[in-house]
Amino acid sequence: MKFSRALNIFAKPWIWSYLGAFVVWLAAIVFTRGYGAGGMITAALALAVFSVIAGVAQMFVITLGPGNVDLSLPANIGLASAVAMKMMNGSDSLIAVGFLAALASGMSVGIFNYLLIWLLRIPPIISTLSASFLIQSAGISYGRGLQIKPPPGYAAFTSAQIGGIPYLAIGTVIFTIGVGVILHRTIYGRSVLAIGQNPRAAWLAGVAVERVRFATYVLSGALGGICGSLLAGYFRGSSLEIGDEYLLASIAVVVIGGTSVSGGKANVPGLWGGALFLVLLLTMLNTFGVSAGIRFVVTGLVIIGVIIAAGGQRRGN
Amino acid sequence: MNQGAAAKVGKIAKGGSRPAMRFLRLALPSISLALVVLGIAWLNPRAMSYLGLNLMLNLGIPTALATIAQMFVITVNDLDLSIGTFVSFVGCVVATWLRDAPILGVAVLLGGIAVYALIGAVIHLRNVPSIVVTLGMLFVWQGLAILVLPKPGGKPPAWLHDLMNFHVPYVPFPIVAAIIIAVLVHVGLMRTSYGAILRGSGGNPNAIGRAGWSLLKTKVVMFALAGLFGVISGLALIGLTTSADANIGKGYTLLSIAGVILGGGEFVGGRVSPIGAVIGALTLTLAGSLLNFMRISPDWQVGAQGGILIIVLAARAMINQTDRRAR
Repeated sequence: MKFSRALNIFAKPWIWSYLGAFVVWLAAIVFTRGYGAGGMITAALALAVFSVIAGVAQMFVITLGPGNVDLSLPANIGLASAVAMKMMNGSDSLIAVGFLAALASGMSVGIFNYLLIWLLRIPPIISTLSASFLIQSAGISYGRGLQIKPPPGYAAFTSAQIGGIPYLAIGTVIFTIGVGVILHRTIYGRSVLAIGQNPRAAWLAGVAVERVRFATYVLSGALGGICGSLLAGYFRGSSLEIGDEYLLASIAVVVIGGTSVSGGKANVPGLWGGALFLVLLLTMLNTFGVSAGIRFVVTGLVIIGVIIAAGGQRRGN
Repeated sequence: MNQGAAAKVGKIAKGGSRPAMRFLRLALPSISLALVVLGIAWLNPRAMSYLGLNLMLNLGIPTALATIAQMFVITVNDLDLSIGTFVSFVGCVVATWLRDAPILGVAVLLGGIAVYALIGAVIHLRNVPSIVVTLGMLFVWQGLAILVLPKPGGKPPAWLHDLMNFHVPYVPFPIVAAIIIAVLVHVGLMRTSYGAILRGSGGNPNAIGRAGWSLLKTKVVMFALAGLFGVISGLALIGLTTSADANIGKGYTLLSIAGVILGGGEFVGGRVSPIGAVIGALTLTLAGSLLNFMRISPDWQVGAQGGILIIVLAARAMINQTDRRAR
């Protein structure tokens, strides 16, 4: 019994994602004989930030229960990155304007998503899918020929670091701690969890179900907007494809991090573990020098392996 | 899945709805297709020729096949996010191995269908969400496609090219093909007794299970069918485009889901329509041509598809609401 209590920490789902991240990092530095061990972590932290932000957005949505997923995140991120760059127009004095514009663009996407769900009474997967078609086109049309560099100050800020730790990563850690507090200690967060566990029971208990769902989709949209504007700064310019990988990344990070895909159970620390694991996995495969094809196959198999190992928590109906 | 939605579907099915409303709901996919066709005919009457229709509807065939594949998966309350990259993978195999080493090519394509069946089994046995498993498969197929064909190129086998460029007198080939696909799948899924079991395993799995049918088997059959139609879609696509690249089918994931929903499919409860799905796929294909003739920038191509989807869903929501109020 004592033995099992010592193993208790391994029952926490998120510990595995950190262990996984550590193992792939170890494998990578063994391969390079220790060369670049610190640099790898710096780069991984910098890239993980974007997956974590998109992951928080997706986590709140997924926690609302089965059928809830935001498929419009990649299109949203792409559009927001273009909006941010256009509004900042390469000038340091307009950074705040551009950032707020990207935030507003993201929030509008969230509001639009919710309106479709609410007015058309269709599953969120379908409404965020239809919305993403429209947002994609808006992004293509708006961002055509757009090659504006981010303001120098903004670009410097998104890649600045102290002692090998990017500022953005520090900020995002603080942000995720805040997210944890919101999720477990506020009425809003607990309402999200309650709706995910049983929407009818939550409604009977007096939770303003529709208001909470509205807030969640707007939150997801807003985080997509923030993610897009930060990405444009980090990668020195916007592009429509900039958000493409964040559909898989956001869902994968949520799943690997131990959040229940059937809703009602969210895990914030796991987001970081999942994001670091995915980024370091790619770093490891890169140091091994495998081809792009193998990298895709391994990433896919790892995600399937994790979800199979985690198993389904409850029957669909 | 969503309990509220499931209950709603059950209520509508149980209570029945007024015949006029049911007819409207059934006719909605055809009406939207007719509107798009009329729009094209009005803007450019010459497009309605044998040759014009051939050109416009050509690529509708692989889209329709991918949509049918997606429909099978949606019937059992799952979603396949990997169908697009699977079609890419099939395309790469068709344009290389199937031509140069037919036996290897056929074996790999059959293997692809087997993997689909296996995924169905895994989703059922481990009770894991299909959206995450197929998201992983999206990457696996993408990677395999790149490994098979790192650079765009390849060539379809001669017989496939001839088949896809087959000319039927009077009626454009894509229309004939669409009708054949729609009727075949309709008969198989809607008119046979095992088809009813397959749909039932999406509508009420517990009832089907208690009646002694294997839910594992229905899931595996449906996913294998999805794999089969994914393979046929890839074959048709390469026969038409005459070369492949690793991203050739990427857009089919979202298009196929949109096509199923546009064609009257419900997201839960095994309520789907093969004929509607084919019509939905053709509507989405023609939307691009309509946009062209309206001189709207191709930037809005995907946007128009999303717009059509939203309009049709809104119309359906309105019909459902009037129906509910009337009763």
